Amino acid sequence: MWEYTDKVKEHFINPRNVGEVESPDGVGEVGSMACGDALKLSFKLDENQRIKEAKFQTFGCASAIASSSALTEMLIGKTIAEAEKITNEDIADYLGGLPKEKMHCSVLGRDALEKAIYCYRGQGEKEIDGRIVCECFGVTDKEIERAVKENSLKTIEDVTHYVKAGGGCEKCHDDIQQIIDAVYNTVPEVVEAKKTLTNIQKIRLIEETLEREIKPALQKDGGNIELIDVDGDLVKVQLIGTCATCKASQLTLKNYVEARLQEMVSPDLIVEEVK
Amino acid sequence: MDIVYMDNNATTKVDPVVLDAMMPYFTEFYGNASSMHSFGGAVGREIAAARDKVAALINAEPGEIIFTSCGTESDSTAIYAAIRSNPNKKHIITSRVEHPAVKNLYEYLAKTGYRVTWVPVDKDGVLDMDFFRRHLSDDTALVSIMWANNESGVIFPIAEIADALKDKGIVFHSDAVQAVGKVPVDVKAVGLDMLSLSGHKLHGPKGVGALYVRKGAKFSPFMIGGHQERGRRGGTENVASIVGLGRASELVKGHLEEMNTRVRALRDRLEEGLLKNTPNALLNGAKDLRLPNTTNISFEYVEGEAILLMMDQFGICASSGSACTSGSLEPSHVLRAMGVPFTAAHGSIRFSLSTYNTEKEVDFVVEKLPPIIERLRHMSPFWKGAGCQLQ
Repeated sequence: MWEYTDKVKEHFINPRNVGEVESPDGVGEVGSMACGDALKLSFKLDENQRIKEAKFQTFGCASAIASSSALTEMLIGKTIAEAEKITNEDIADYLGGLPKEKMHCSVLGRDALEKAIYCYRGQGEKEIDGRIVCECFGVTDKEIERAVKENSLKTIEDVTHYVKAGGGCEKCHDDIQQIIDAVYNTVPEVVEAKKTLTNIQKIRLIEETLEREIKPALQKDGGNIELIDVDGDLVKVQLIGTCATCKASQLTLKNYVEARLQEMVSPDLIVEEVK
Repeated sequence: MDIVYMDNNATTKVDPVVLDAMMPYFTEFYGNASSMHSFGGAVGREIAAARDKVAALINAEPGEIIFTSCGTESDSTAIYAAIRSNPNKKHIITSRVEHPAVKNLYEYLAKTGYRVTWVPVDKDGVLDMDFFRRHLSDDTALVSIMWANNESGVIFPIAEIADALKDKGIVFHSDAVQAVGKVPVDVKAVGLDMLSLSGHKLHGPKGVGALYVRKGAKFSPFMIGGHQERGRRGGTENVASIVGLGRASELVKGHLEEMNTRVRALRDRLEEGLLKNTPNALLNGAKDLRLPNTTNISFEYVEGEAILLMMDQFGICASSGSACTSGSLEPSHVLRAMGVPFTAAHGSIRFSLSTYNTEKEVDFVVEKLPPIIERLRHMSPFWKGAGCQLQ
């Protein structure tokens, strides 16, 4: 049995905004019955160009239904420009997280939203972008690359959890690995570029890396981390929760937090704990 | 909330009588059957009595029963014994719908130099016997076909397969984990070499199984260790569980008739009720060739995990062949082998009953499930009714 959060369960049992909006301003349909999940999202704007109504129809498991329901709730009241910024992680976070095998449900929501906005702008059906890599689930190289970049995916299994690619006959596993490798081979270039970061850019990137990656990892073990200050290349942090009392916390700090920040932000960073 | 348990092909309740039989072997008679003192020796006699009971259930000789830790161990033991005793033969025949306990081992063997032939089934889940016969060869070491399928409940023609293998020097093994205790299983009448069964599928405890090995069949142990089980399975006997398996075997033997009359009638009532009260519901599996306790129904346009979790709200326990329930992305290999379209396979639900189920429970499910399906269909973009609600 899946470990769903109470919020996922609640949205599944009492889904919000089921159905289709009458004379919608945007409609997005993604997925298929063969794939195991599908979502049709429609929305309507009010006179102030804010989303007044958003509805969904979903074929899928509990987390697909909950993700769709959450998405409609998140959309209502937003402008298109605001709605556009919603990522799959946002949908998962709104629900208090999803089991990693179910992250593709949140991606489904994001994809439907993107299509609906596309439709709203009169750009018609979004064309298939890129080359189909996974034939079982019809996933393109561009989609895989995007998921890898946006969610820092590292393995073929991760990719399968997020966009389903590779979850069928497994013949495309080599292709997927190549895409992952290609994404991370560009990392040195990115680091080069980051060397010229302004102080503000550097701090933002540190914060972003902490939020996106490091905090969730520590939280899994009941700990957490807070950014206190950045002084040149010195990153001052405070460890919270189980991390604060853990004997291995210095190891965590150096081997994980510092290593990760060096990789993602700048190789010169030094992480120090302030008590 | 009362639990309505209809997932007995997954596992069963330990019968309280079985538990009572087991209890003294933890704190009271905890001796080692291999010991020289009479305290341990008494335990050995209980293991022997349990062996008699398991043997009686499948019409074997007690000496033909080896106790193991589970159905999977029985399967692995049988398969390795078969291929070791025929080292020059590199071909195995099995079916496309085996349980992962054997399927994954054959997939592994296929990567290590064995040629594996997967016999297909038709849309009703019935084995293609012509295909099977055509693929027998001088190189065939082992034929391993389940007695009955865990998902569809379809029973395979084990006697017919045994006839086809007569005097060919090919080992015949059957994973009968789902069949034993539900339909009569007679190893002597059929004439196979090895058969696997599991305790927890027949109201015994988890963590114990048995392997039947025909007297005279070539055998080599899988677990190598002490002299237990006459050197055929090392490791101190799981006494309490073995005693439990013995008692459970005795019980289910006595319940076979009830299983094939009352439980069968309950299953039919459930099946008919659900098919009648839900549009676009399809039965998976040959109606007349099934285990008496199993029904597998596809509800089109909805997804199985969602159905299961909605039923969970009412305490109803069943299974699904949908992808989402397994953690994989593709629906059950059994339903796919039967050619059930993905669209229906994702919405498949398996109910498997036991002698504990009542008519009241069946009627409860027939009352609760159709509205769940209707509710989920109205959320589904594929359902014809959906979308029209607002207009």
